Amino acid sequence: MTIRSRVRDFVVENFLYGEDNGFKDRDSFRELGIIDSTGILELISFLEQTFNIAIEDAEVIPENLDCIDNIVDFLTSKLSGAKSKKLEIAL
Amino acid sequence: MVAKIGNVFDAKVEKQKLVEWIRNTVFKTLKKRGAVVGVSGGIDSAVVAALAVEALGKNRLLALALPEKESSPESLELAHELVTGLGVPLIVEDITAGLEGMGAYRRRDEAVKAVFPAYRVNHDRFKIVLQSNPLSNNWLNLFKLTLIQGKEEQSLRLPLNEYLQIVAASNMKQRLRMVTLYYHAERKNYAVVGTGNKNEHCLGFFVKYGDGGTDLKPIAHLYKTEVYELAKILPIPTSIQQRQPTTDTYPAEVSQEEFFFRLPFSMMDAIWRANENGESVHSIANQLHLDEIQVKRIIDDLKQKQRSTEYLRLPPLGHTDGNGKSARRSERIN
Repeated sequence: MTIRSRVRDFVVENFLYGEDNGFKDRDSFRELGIIDSTGILELISFLEQTFNIAIEDAEVIPENLDCIDNIVDFLTSKLSGAKSKKLEIAL
Repeated sequence: MVAKIGNVFDAKVEKQKLVEWIRNTVFKTLKKRGAVVGVSGGIDSAVVAALAVEALGKNRLLALALPEKESSPESLELAHELVTGLGVPLIVEDITAGLEGMGAYRRRDEAVKAVFPAYRVNHDRFKIVLQSNPLSNNWLNLFKLTLIQGKEEQSLRLPLNEYLQIVAASNMKQRLRMVTLYYHAERKNYAVVGTGNKNEHCLGFFVKYGDGGTDLKPIAHLYKTEVYELAKILPIPTSIQQRQPTTDTYPAEVSQEEFFFRLPFSMMDAIWRANENGESVHSIANQLHLDEIQVKRIIDDLKQKQRSTEYLRLPPLGHTDGNGKSARRSERIN
């Protein structure tokens, strides 16, 4: 099972209740209103446990987590040890 | 300056409209003899209590202060100050024992300890804050738990189950207040008046069947900044008008801005109102001296909060026939 299919299955099962209705891998979770602050926690928990990674706070940005494509890119770089996208603006 | 964008709010006109509406709603629609209001020492409940006094009369309003062991003592002091000025009776009921009976503190502390095993119950303080800040970054909304031990603070991202348990247990506070308000309302044949403003109501910053469980919500259409405008022409102590809005829910003091809204009310309301009036992102950004990307992020954040909390504002749903019409027969007996 590929990273993409595992992530997609989780998203469809948990956030779309098994009905993807043409949901595309590039569709924004936020724009479609399918993920909220609780959903973000669910998603992070799934990714950390499934792929045995630790996601830093600064990595919790739309560029990494707002659609399946972004998650796959993020995981690929994270798992290969490459530098993932992080928030660079200081609070 | 910020609050003036698109602002056509006339406090005097609004006050008159609300006074009449409260009177008609309590007496004619709900057919109740008066009203109870929970007073927290904050600006919203002070404005609602003052409007209700004018609408119903001093003898038909009962104020209730419902502190628990973690409430700020200042809240009760301010509630006393308010009712003294309004000339209405105040009943103070400490709900700590009730919350203990329901296991609210125990269940919540269990979840806090799962995140911070070093957490010492009744000794350390903690609070929950939202990490995002739409003005300066594009972080996704994420709740963090901050533990305060003496002068030391440490924050950790909340895991899903612990976050949900802390919120569910803490919401018992607002729900027990609702139960207590209804006890007093029913024994006097009064209505319960809600105190949520538009920011809270539309963005979901309230507890369903807690502070959201009331018979009427007179200021649910008013921005927080408009509530402050109304307060200026009502007999509300300056100390309440100048107090920073607080959640008064967790052992450590946490402002509403820190916990949920993440922006000063003056800026949030100005952007929200201008967007509602159809002004472009470009125009709003120019007037507020912000970048367009900041204004867009703020509007997106408002929309996202509203969308994700829609269920809080829904009444219990009945079965429909597929066309949105109730499948049941008419509830009205002709």
